[in-house]
Amino acid sequence: MGDWDAGTKSTVQKIPLLKTKAGPRDKEEWPKRLKEEYAALIKYVQLNKGSDQDWFTISSNKEGTHWSGKCWYIHNLLKYEFDLEFDIPVTYPMTSPELQLPELDGKTSKMYRGGKICLSIHFKPLWAKNSPHFGVAHALCLGLGPWMAAEIPHLIDSGIISHKDKK
Amino acid sequence: MMEGGSAPVKEQEDATHPMKAFASELSKLQNQVQALQSTKLQEQVLKLRDSVKAINERVQAAAEDLRKDAPVGMGSGGSSAAVPTSAAPRAANPPVVVVKREKIAKMSAEVKDDNPYSRLMALQRMGIVKDYEKIREKTVAVVGIGGVGSVACEMLTRCGIGGLLMYDYDKVELANMNRLFFRPEHSGMTKTDAAVKTLMEINPDVNFESYHMNITTVDGYDKFVESITKDGDGKTSRVDLVLSCVDNYEARMTINQACLELEQNWMESGVSEDAVSGHIQVIEPGVTACFECVPPLVVASGIDEKTLKREGVCAASLPTTMGMVAGFLVQNTLKYLLNFGQVSPYLGYNAMKDYFPTMDIQPNPGCSNARCCKLQVKYEEKRKQRKLDKEKGEAVEEDMGPLHEDNEWSISVVEDDGPQQEGAGEEQGAATSEANLADGIEFSMPKADVIDEKTLEENAVETNDDEDVDELRAQLEALNAK
Repeated sequence: MGDWDAGTKSTVQKIPLLKTKAGPRDKEEWPKRLKEEYAALIKYVQLNKGSDQDWFTISSNKEGTHWSGKCWYIHNLLKYEFDLEFDIPVTYPMTSPELQLPELDGKTSKMYRGGKICLSIHFKPLWAKNSPHFGVAHALCLGLGPWMAAEIPHLIDSGIISHKDKK
Repeated sequence: MMEGGSAPVKEQEDATHPMKAFASELSKLQNQVQALQSTKLQEQVLKLRDSVKAINERVQAAAEDLRKDAPVGMGSGGSSAAVPTSAAPRAANPPVVVVKREKIAKMSAEVKDDNPYSRLMALQRMGIVKDYEKIREKTVAVVGIGGVGSVACEMLTRCGIGGLLMYDYDKVELANMNRLFFRPEHSGMTKTDAAVKTLMEINPDVNFESYHMNITTVDGYDKFVESITKDGDGKTSRVDLVLSCVDNYEARMTINQACLELEQNWMESGVSEDAVSGHIQVIEPGVTACFECVPPLVVASGIDEKTLKREGVCAASLPTTMGMVAGFLVQNTLKYLLNFGQVSPYLGYNAMKDYFPTMDIQPNPGCSNARCCKLQVKYEEKRKQRKLDKEKGEAVEEDMGPLHEDNEWSISVVEDDGPQQEGAGEEQGAATSEANLADGIEFSMPKADVIDEKTLEENAVETNDDEDVDELRAQLEALNAK
């Protein structure tokens, strides 16, 4: 994956930090944290839309424990879209959510069972360093974004995934 | 007789279809084996398994019909249900005598070829273990039934552990075959079910419990805690030890949280992603560092990080390293459960240099986990009380865990011997700074940066007290829809 590119770096700095250290088992504080998560995500999506670089949609269940949406990647002018989902782990925000692209399960070695993308080398240390101030928006920006940029073109070029119109 | 006679014909007709399907799937599998397409191979193995199952079900149903139709006393009657699972070609082979290990009510020390416990009970005669049979009263939970966990389970099973609770959310796949324990025919089964199947045959005296689940989700966590507590009350642990054999930070942090809440001692184990180092670590809530006290400690492989080629794969693994770590883990477990030798608080393994560092990690009073801090205080009070009692000359029962002197938060490096162990004369643990870890041990994660209030305020997200989560969710969804 390499280090983060300049664009990602400057974007992540614009995503607001979160203040409340609370996981989903913390009945009192979790709603507060969840509000911060949404506020940061709104800011991030606005930033993306502002620079015409929108690349995902996301929303959670009522409890804020399960998140799902779509993410997409443009390669050679074609849009490749994937389902995105993840659970907020019980030890959140000390540990990051494990982002899943279930459709790609078994298609790349940079993935664990169930389509969990492999983020251990670069992203997880960074999350630990910034815990508990990073949230879902940061995970998408620093985890999923760079992973897709590295993996998707490779998967397309090697014929492992093809555009939906060509199927 | 007419009715009875018609049944076999029906059975044959019924079986024709799935048999054909089976043959065609089998030939597909053969083609794929030749082409070596691993993902397709696995799919095919699964399909085959399903067709074998379908055939078995049909044959069984037919046999059942036959039995119902047949007059009493005709044929082999009751035993017919057991016949269908062995396929026809078997008949041509000479009969294989399968030895089934029956349950044994009491461990015997008698030296006999058919006593599975004789060599273990010999530990008593040799004076290594005082009361080996105590192992039957012990229950261990193993979380993660992979390269380390499955082997650890097999070791505990062969040692005659009383109860074994196994947790994993994964299934066996052919990519696991570079490790020990699982066999290709387990492909597609859950790791916990496959493990129970094999282990039950090895030692049916063990009470196995299989939990196919992910413990890191909110629901999974509750179920996990429920399963290791008495009557599922979520409060009192019913296990003697938890062994962490997982391969990721999230799951370790989850086990840490559960064990802190239950005041349950546990042992952590790990093998590095480059497969050439590993470690085990004992965690006693409040007494030793918890998993959150300091960033995870790993053994440095001694390889320059920059020269490591990581592109293309998430992790490498070796059956050797994993088998050794499982061995260290269960050895430490046996010592802990049966009270012999010295329990190593931390033992590392560097395969490149065959180097085995040991150390002792003290709890961090500033641990980010509030539960850990609370238990540290509790333990400290207990320790003081014990000291007072001792001064009064009362007989005090010693705790299992190592006792710590009053010193500030630090990681004390103890070469070869833990503190407070008999015969640990020469080198008492010298308190050192965090930077002074035992040689060859390093942190695998950075510590959290402390952001000062002002910077945080400037960069923090703003939320409005009047707005609730639902409104914010609606706002984001509206943005999504644009």
